[in-house]
Amino acid sequence: MTNAPIPRKLPGSLETNRALDRWLRINGDGTATVFPGKVEIGQGILTALVQIVAEELDIGIERIRLAPADTSYSPDEGMTSGSRSIQEGGMALRYAASEARDLLLQRAARKLGASLEQLTVANGVISARGGESVTYWELASDDLLRQEATAGIAPKLPAHHSVVGSSAMRLDIPAKVCGVSTYVQDMELPGMLHARVARPPSRGARLLTFDESEVRALPGVAAVVRDGDFLGVIAAREEQAIRAQRRLARSATWEETASLPESMDPRYLLQMKSEDEVISEKGDAAGAARASRTFSAEYTRPLIAHASIAPSCAIAQFEAGGYTVWTHSQGIFPLRADLVKVLGVEEKRIVVIHVEGAGCYGHNGADDVALDAALLARAVPGKPVRVQWTREDEFMWEPYGSAMVVKMSAALDAEGNVVNWTHDLWSHGHSTRPGPKDGANLLAAWHLAQPVKAPRPGNPPLPGGGSHRNAIPLYDFPGQRVTNHLVREAPLRTSALRSLGAHANVFAIESFMDELAEAAGADPVEFRLRHLKDARARAVIEAVAAKASWKHRERGDGTRGRGMAFARYKNLGCYVAVVVEVEAANEVRVRRAWAAIDVGQTINPDGVINQTEGGIIQTVSWTLKEQIRFDRERVTTRTWDDYPILTFAEAPEVEVVLVDRPDQPPLGAGEGAQGPTGAAIGNAIHNALGVRLRDMPFTRDRLIAAIARQ
Amino acid sequence: MALTIDVNGEQRVVEADGETPLLYVLRNDLKLKGARYGCGAGQCGACTVIVAGKAVQSCDVPVAAVVGKAITTIEGIGRNGQPHPLQQAFIDEQAAQCGYCASGIIMAAKALFDAHPGAGETEIRDALARNLCRCGTHHRILRALRRAQERMAR
Repeated sequence: MTNAPIPRKLPGSLETNRALDRWLRINGDGTATVFPGKVEIGQGILTALVQIVAEELDIGIERIRLAPADTSYSPDEGMTSGSRSIQEGGMALRYAASEARDLLLQRAARKLGASLEQLTVANGVISARGGESVTYWELASDDLLRQEATAGIAPKLPAHHSVVGSSAMRLDIPAKVCGVSTYVQDMELPGMLHARVARPPSRGARLLTFDESEVRALPGVAAVVRDGDFLGVIAAREEQAIRAQRRLARSATWEETASLPESMDPRYLLQMKSEDEVISEKGDAAGAARASRTFSAEYTRPLIAHASIAPSCAIAQFEAGGYTVWTHSQGIFPLRADLVKVLGVEEKRIVVIHVEGAGCYGHNGADDVALDAALLARAVPGKPVRVQWTREDEFMWEPYGSAMVVKMSAALDAEGNVVNWTHDLWSHGHSTRPGPKDGANLLAAWHLAQPVKAPRPGNPPLPGGGSHRNAIPLYDFPGQRVTNHLVREAPLRTSALRSLGAHANVFAIESFMDELAEAAGADPVEFRLRHLKDARARAVIEAVAAKASWKHRERGDGTRGRGMAFARYKNLGCYVAVVVEVEAANEVRVRRAWAAIDVGQTINPDGVINQTEGGIIQTVSWTLKEQIRFDRERVTTRTWDDYPILTFAEAPEVEVVLVDRPDQPPLGAGEGAQGPTGAAIGNAIHNALGVRLRDMPFTRDRLIAAIARQ
Repeated sequence: MALTIDVNGEQRVVEADGETPLLYVLRNDLKLKGARYGCGAGQCGACTVIVAGKAVQSCDVPVAAVVGKAITTIEGIGRNGQPHPLQQAFIDEQAAQCGYCASGIIMAAKALFDAHPGAGETEIRDALARNLCRCGTHHRILRALRRAQERMAR
């Protein structure tokens, strides 16, 4: 037991949630309860957090219970986003648990009349050298952890880890695959009613007329609610709510405006007003003088949907002037802050409880539907009201991942080295999540007769960044300039989609690197290594090249080809390098993918691998197939037919190599693969066919057009 | 009106309009939540159950149309703690991220393997043509299905 110097700032979310018993309780019944503020969104985080606590407490995983995140007792950890849950929640729990263990040992020492050094712990049993023992459960009392965390007890050294670093089985999978009620969509409360919202047909549409009496008279209808342009219906049974919503939507007339861009081509961004900021600049006159050839290229990405397999859902109950809301939001506290503004009640009158939803991949309709439920619940006091968005609601109204345009230029010297590099990106903001200082980021808030307006959309700041995430290259170029052109006004709402701007920025950087390597007559792997000093970056590139048996300057055969790409997520997170193999005849198929990832210390190797595989496969889908469609008034993407995603017939085989660094701080794993995967596909197509696709998605039409231009 | 349907080997009486999609009867009347709602249009497969031996999207079938036919849901093939070989294979392969699509996929695969125990890779992938997975767990799921197939063949 060593006493670490007390850090000025406590680790992770412990800094802002210092009460030890907010995080952890030791129970008399042989269990410990963990209270994470981070939530499960299908990424397996709860299993990893349990591993961290089990490791520090020296107890079995099966002894740990998890309390659902709830604004009435959980630590406020903000959003579960940005691949920050291990760094924030995991580190808080690691230090809280090591301190809890120390407090238990102190009690045991007093009780057993032993010194701390004479005590050992095994699965919650503390033994002294003489053989006397006492358990955590015997020592536990309500006041044990009723004190401020100090982070003064050093956690175990990585060399002593046995639970952390092992592929513990996910705790949630058995129930899920056995069809047990798991998701908020499955939740049922006594007396619960079902509701649906009849949303406007387009942005800015104003409700003119609708037939309330006709809908009110339908079987089972309990209430029809109208507040400005917000229109909803509550019924006894779910199918009755669906029928009533359809009738309501059919009867409503709206005044619409043509507010959307003339073209779905992301270059509409270039016509709009932007705020321009140089975010990285370095000059090197000697380097510039060596420039012998210059190159430029332009890359784009369209609007992309999160497209969760489960449309958003929430339950709310209004009783005695207060609300209880059950939600799959990624941030129960920020959601509560926005609900306070819209519902006009004090914070203490709203309790927000997290219940898992399906994978969300960022900011989707989860928060919006929570407000819908609260607004509708107000019409039937005492009754829980369940609002289930339809597939069409989700496609039409979720905030999308922004369209982006990236213009690159570079100069090579006579030896084929990059001596100058510029990167200009145009994008809307990538964060309009709930919880802003002014206004409310909830859809229905803007439709009410007395609306709470949306704040100015924007980006998370650098170094993580939003639209400019990963825009600054990790390569060591002598001269570079990176400029973010933020198009703040967005015709369609945009917000955080897994990896934010990194998908398009890394797609551009890594496609362009391949184009430059080709011009320099260099192998893509060698060309990257030549411009890269970071040892961990080099290691993942070398690892994936070895795993995929990459051959120096390998060439495709006219149909099949391979490409590689690399990034360090946010330039401060995990390192990922990807190789993909494509088959491109009339359309592009990704057949295989290989990846190497370095997340520092690995908490759960299989969890990291699963996240990386999923990130790759989802990005194959984004890159080959996905685009939100619209006309001048309306989003025209409504169903899975309008928005095809990768199918089982098209899914690639994926192999992931973990580069474990037990002595490095653990980093998130969920968003490292998106950028490299997009670029690796483009590079593989070029390797196979000699054509370069720079506009995502890489559809059949675009491939055929590119071949025809060749 | 009262309808009697055969669910997981039991005759169940439900008070529902005959046009009600089977999915809502299973979930709301019979509290069988394992068939999940995903699209309401038979496009995503999250609600897949087996009716008279065939994989069916329960969101897209009126309950009146399944009277007199044997309906099997995910709850009817195994339980948490006593899983069916397909469910066990998903656990063994850790073939889930969010898991929302899993029960529909397991039911689609069960219908396939019941009819064609020796189904090959292409047949397996084709049988899942109407099942979507958004987390990108496809190749783990395919691995789990092959593992289950081997175990069931023994």
